[in-house]
Amino acid sequence: MTVQQRMKDAALAALVAAILALPLLGFETVDTGGPLGIKTRWHYVGYAAAAVFIGRLLLMLWRDRRLGAQADSQAGGSEAGRAWLAKLSRKADSWLMPALIAFAVALPLMPFADRTVVDLGTVVLIYVMLGWGLNIVVGLAGLLDLGYVAFYAVGAYSYALLSKNFGLNFWECLPLAGLFAAMFGVALGFPVLRLRGDYLAIVTLGFGEIIRIVLLNWQPVTGGPNGISGIARPSFFGFPFTANPPEGTTAFHELFGLDFASTHRIVFLYYLILALALLTNLFTLRIRRLPVGRAWEALREDEIACRALGINPTNTKLTAFAIGAMFGGFAGSFFATRQGFISPESFTFIESAVILAIVVLGGMGSQAGIVLAAAFLTLLPELAREFSLFRMLAFGLAMVLIMVWRPQGLLSHRDPTIRLKPAAHGGGGGG
Amino acid sequence: MEYFLQQTINGVTLGAVYALIAIGYTMVYGIIGMINFAHGEIYMIGAFIAVISFSVLGLAGVTWVPLALVIVLIVSMTITGLYGWTVERVAYRPLRGSVRLAPLISAIGMSIFLQNYVQIAQGAKIKPLQPMIRGGVRLMEGEGFSVNVSYLQLIIIAMTIALMAGFTWLIAATSLGRAQRATEQDRVMASLLGVNTDRTISLTFVLGAMLAAVAGVLVTLYYGVVDFYIGFLAGLKAFTAAVLGGIGSLPGAMLGGLLIGLIESYWSAYFSSEYKDVAAFSILVIVLIFRPTGLLGRPEVEKV
Repeated sequence: MTVQQRMKDAALAALVAAILALPLLGFETVDTGGPLGIKTRWHYVGYAAAAVFIGRLLLMLWRDRRLGAQADSQAGGSEAGRAWLAKLSRKADSWLMPALIAFAVALPLMPFADRTVVDLGTVVLIYVMLGWGLNIVVGLAGLLDLGYVAFYAVGAYSYALLSKNFGLNFWECLPLAGLFAAMFGVALGFPVLRLRGDYLAIVTLGFGEIIRIVLLNWQPVTGGPNGISGIARPSFFGFPFTANPPEGTTAFHELFGLDFASTHRIVFLYYLILALALLTNLFTLRIRRLPVGRAWEALREDEIACRALGINPTNTKLTAFAIGAMFGGFAGSFFATRQGFISPESFTFIESAVILAIVVLGGMGSQAGIVLAAAFLTLLPELAREFSLFRMLAFGLAMVLIMVWRPQGLLSHRDPTIRLKPAAHGGGGGG
Repeated sequence: MEYFLQQTINGVTLGAVYALIAIGYTMVYGIIGMINFAHGEIYMIGAFIAVISFSVLGLAGVTWVPLALVIVLIVSMTITGLYGWTVERVAYRPLRGSVRLAPLISAIGMSIFLQNYVQIAQGAKIKPLQPMIRGGVRLMEGEGFSVNVSYLQLIIIAMTIALMAGFTWLIAATSLGRAQRATEQDRVMASLLGVNTDRTISLTFVLGAMLAAVAGVLVTLYYGVVDFYIGFLAGLKAFTAAVLGGIGSLPGAMLGGLLIGLIESYWSAYFSSEYKDVAAFSILVIVLIFRPTGLLGRPEVEKV
């Protein structure tokens, strides 16, 4: 393209940006008590147009150069970042996962790990666990679930209600919360799993909203918008993390002869969620080798062929749905015990969207990719906390840009579950 | 009986608005098979542009309501249409032909982006608009209860019917409509036969956004308040309407919108308004169990 054409192209983009910005950025509505007052701020429109002009120009220049540099290779195939990610994907299972796990185990012991870092690590791990749980449904079984947060909510409220009303402790509630979440999964899945992909997506989305609305309005049980507070904090298998334990019990620091420190609980919570997340991961890796896991992946690839081979698609999908929901329930009860307070506000659609984004950005089915995506998507808003006004804006933009840049996800390589012997024809299998 | 009639009128009005938004979902789904998650935000932007332009016109001294309404409709439809075009160009076109889930995630990101953009640009507070079209017609006088249709409700219903008729004609009889139907059936074949499929898809987004803008203008007038969060629930309900009617089908979207509006209206009138959204989604689930393709959807033939 000539310089003139480039300028014209960028100017056109800037014009579009100016028109788009005109009503929403150019005018500001002011409350005056009566009709809305209007203030103008034309300079913002100018900024937007200038930014788009420069951005478009640079993007086109960069694209031209890239195309020129590699006219013969595939478009974008050898670009440095992508090549690096592709290499990383292939090695993901051999060293990346062990390295990530080793880092996660060592994190609280590192010198820079103060309370904030461990807390942040815990949040990342919650999302890693949710991502791995949802990955069973979306990545393995290929079912699009937009209401995963409902199961997370069921787990959280199960723990909160059981511990408040029946005095059960965390370890008694954990399996029950998982069970309840799985039961909700079956109850939802049974009628709707016969639907095709996108219908399933909208029904699960509706289901997520139903759960939230019920939590919001069922005042006597759930506390409505005020939520449930004063949820029992976890104890170290019966030994509480308190400075002055109640009569007859031994506190954690007394048991090990340590000085009392409030970080003990934080670190314990961190290792607890790490263990739960690793359990999810181990489960996923092992179940892929069982007949039901193989049936999930086969269903994802070709449902009709599966039916012809005698797999019952509804039952198989139902197990995936229930097991994914169960892990969501586990994560939910951990969330409740960590926060000590839950309300419907923690379980909005945006949470489901973030969890799904973690699975897809990570490269569907890639366990290590999910860790990277979860770390990125949870740390990005934290890092941008100083610009708190703009963090969700940046979050949305990042989701769009990553998808445009790498639609198949960060680490898209998948090892085939079964590898045919090279002697058999068509051996090797795709990834 | 009077009460029932009144709720029916309210429900039809609400349903007309849902139907206008639902068309945008159903057309986009029909033509490229993706859920355009940002469509609810597009509607919200249309409503915001309406509030701002009404206020600007009011300050500029344009007080004759029909003129103001026409100007606002034109401004809102143009700019919102351009928003629809830009969203498709930036977030969806680069992803054409990639993994099925990629455009969905990109759309969710776009929806988060647009919502926060409006929140930052215009503030999180509810924006009120002075009622402009007052009065109505008294249809019936019962014992202690009268049935009214406001002029605004009549305008909403009439405008929706006119737009639907125009749209049906556009799809059935114009060259753009033919190109859309061709692209919907087989994109590769259509482009081989000389249909500019990229342009057709872009225009589909623009048309959908324009109808959403009309819905935004009408809702602004009807409720008199707008905030940056209205897009999510309206989008969700409109998509439910599209699925209920059979996604990809234009009459289906209209029927679905109407049904969702009526269900919501009756449910809040006779049971509880807190659970009206639950009712709408439950009906959707029940319909999908017995008719997985929606009410008017054609059954999909699976080829092996």
